[in-house]
Amino acid sequence: MEHWIKTKNNTKLNLSDIPSLSISDLRCSIIEQNKRPIGFFGKDWGNGETRLFVVLADDDNGDLLVSSALFSADEKSYESITQDIPSFHIFEREFYEQFGIKPLNHPWLKPVRKNQNEYEFFDMKGEEVHQVAVGPIHAGVIEPGHFRFMCNGENVYHLEIMLGYQHRGVEDLMLKRPSNQLAESICGDSVIAYNTAYSQVMETLRGIEISDKAKLIRKAALEMERAAIQIGDMGAIAGDIAYSMGAAVFGVTRTLIINTMLEWSGSRFGRGLINVGGVNFDISEDEITSTLKTLDKVGKDVDRMTQTMLKNSTVMSRLEKTGTVSFERAKEIGLVGMAAKASGVDLDSRFDFPDKWMHELGFEKKYFKGVGDVNSRFKLRYKEIKESLSMIRKILNKLKEYKNEPILTSTDNELAKDAFVISITEGWRGEVVHIAMTDSEGRLSKYKIKDPSFNNWYGLALAVRNNGVSDFPLCNKSFNLSYSGNDL
Amino acid sequence: MFDTLKSRIYQGQQFIKDIPNAPMRSQFRGFPILDSTKCEKPEQYANVCPTGALNFEPLSIDMGKCTFCGACKNLCKDGAIEFSNYYKLASTSREKLVITEGMTPEEYEKTAIEVKKEITSVFSRSLKLRQVSAAGCNGCEMELNACSNANFDMGRFGIDFVASPRHADGIVITGPISDNMAYALENCYNSVPNPKIVILCGACAISGGVFQDSTELNREFLEKYPIDLYIPGCPIHPLTFINAILGYIKK
Repeated sequence: MEHWIKTKNNTKLNLSDIPSLSISDLRCSIIEQNKRPIGFFGKDWGNGETRLFVVLADDDNGDLLVSSALFSADEKSYESITQDIPSFHIFEREFYEQFGIKPLNHPWLKPVRKNQNEYEFFDMKGEEVHQVAVGPIHAGVIEPGHFRFMCNGENVYHLEIMLGYQHRGVEDLMLKRPSNQLAESICGDSVIAYNTAYSQVMETLRGIEISDKAKLIRKAALEMERAAIQIGDMGAIAGDIAYSMGAAVFGVTRTLIINTMLEWSGSRFGRGLINVGGVNFDISEDEITSTLKTLDKVGKDVDRMTQTMLKNSTVMSRLEKTGTVSFERAKEIGLVGMAAKASGVDLDSRFDFPDKWMHELGFEKKYFKGVGDVNSRFKLRYKEIKESLSMIRKILNKLKEYKNEPILTSTDNELAKDAFVISITEGWRGEVVHIAMTDSEGRLSKYKIKDPSFNNWYGLALAVRNNGVSDFPLCNKSFNLSYSGNDL
Repeated sequence: MFDTLKSRIYQGQQFIKDIPNAPMRSQFRGFPILDSTKCEKPEQYANVCPTGALNFEPLSIDMGKCTFCGACKNLCKDGAIEFSNYYKLASTSREKLVITEGMTPEEYEKTAIEVKKEITSVFSRSLKLRQVSAAGCNGCEMELNACSNANFDMGRFGIDFVASPRHADGIVITGPISDNMAYALENCYNSVPNPKIVILCGACAISGGVFQDSTELNREFLEKYPIDLYIPGCPIHPLTFINAILGYIKK
């Protein structure tokens, strides 16, 4: 029996085709493959049995590998994979928390979302050693999470991040009453990415092909979201180093983009734009013209402010060599998306798992030579904004050719039975992975979400090591990870 | 430095001068306008609402639950349900958030916010708020941050977000309040010195929104303590928020 079955992004798989191995065989095979995990989750298989599903990404070939293992009711432990491949650490912790099956010799088996009262922080002893506890409520208007710094004087030895405050049981709610509105509210700063991933899962399960026009509008909206957030983040980084001019200018520049989104969809973050079956709003010719004009201004303003900032030596001294995550570390702990790219890891699911438009519109992956510090993450944002703006321009010009196409396709089909679908969308933070399973009656039986932050929070913990504790806000902002996307 | 100065001059002034009368783009989905005579059987759209905000007999929309997604409007093409671009949606009473047929935004605005003398006398010149995100998705949080940017510039009215509850005159809650945040929220509220106000921001905070069926929530806080102001939206628009507060403290 083959150990893995190969599939693609947004492709339906029959549940019965997924190999079911013993956990020791699966473990060996995972280590042999040595690929990036994007899904590692259990499902209650009846009679006290638990089935563990594993999805690995083969980024070089654009393939996804799926396999599974069945745990009988009295099998309550296995040898952890994290010992051999560290990037599995958070996945195994989550699996343990949800199903009580213990990965033996896991170096870091702490709660992910629950049991915060039982969380045992690492302890450090010494004369000048002290701990700084921050949160769950932070000084600014942001989501809750607890940070515990182990410091020697001003220097951070290690940061422990305890999350779970945002846990709303999203994956269970998705089974009870799945809706586009719920998908949008999982992580409110990645509305388009989440809603696209959800809609693609549902469309694949229902066997619907949406119109080219709808696809293009979704794509344009995704890049708009990326540009808007990246501009806002550049402003926030400027704010954190007390360069208020940058904070103000990037802030108002971001407003231009999100107000354009408001014109497209009636919401500044694009809520209500995407629906299963296509999109709810068309972009008229006039709107295309005015958007293109806005984008020109945005591009010019971002260029101008970024150049001014990067010429300023006091700005550079705060950004350079602060919060560094090396290429090797980033690879080892499995960073994804922006955080990975800034450390020079070449990952971008838009290009690794492309649809036909990436080729047709001539979008090319451009490698970013980052060294993993705040400066790299700042400059990466600048690069991404420029790329997104040029992509939106191309998409909108292409859109003019599809004037009379429908934007919404009927969605009356039933969900496929006993099916398994993986959908990956590159949000501004990185890959947003939605995986859905249906039962023999065509009802959703499992909905699994992986936000890029799930991989990346540990990267932030590594970044602040040997930095001053006062540089934490700057490091944190340069990653800008999601609490709600992680806690679900 | 000259570059910075040049940038400053190039950017000019961008703040919205008249916040209470600021224009809103026509596409914005705000105050719902209902007219059941335009539709033969509005009941057929009962299941479309993701939060149960839309009710029949009589036709009404509960803005405390509504995510303003427009799904009902998209289905009901006869115009029985329309969303105007009117953005002053806040109220001091939970009941008033239920909009029934024939209600106009102008009428709503007259009675929605009940001004209290003791509030205006204490807070009308300065109101410092502590924001607590209790499982908020970062949508309302980003919009609250936007309230302080160079466009909306809420600080000019003496309204600011502060870092410590000890410095605050009240708290602003976003999100459906997860069980894991319930303790921290109550703790924060108790740390705010008296007199203090509580403001609920967004559909999640007011009613649980799309998360109302979740088993991981703990909304006891809302039963224990009085709520002063309800600000609907998903997420709230900065103009909705600032005008709600200005109306409440009667600036």
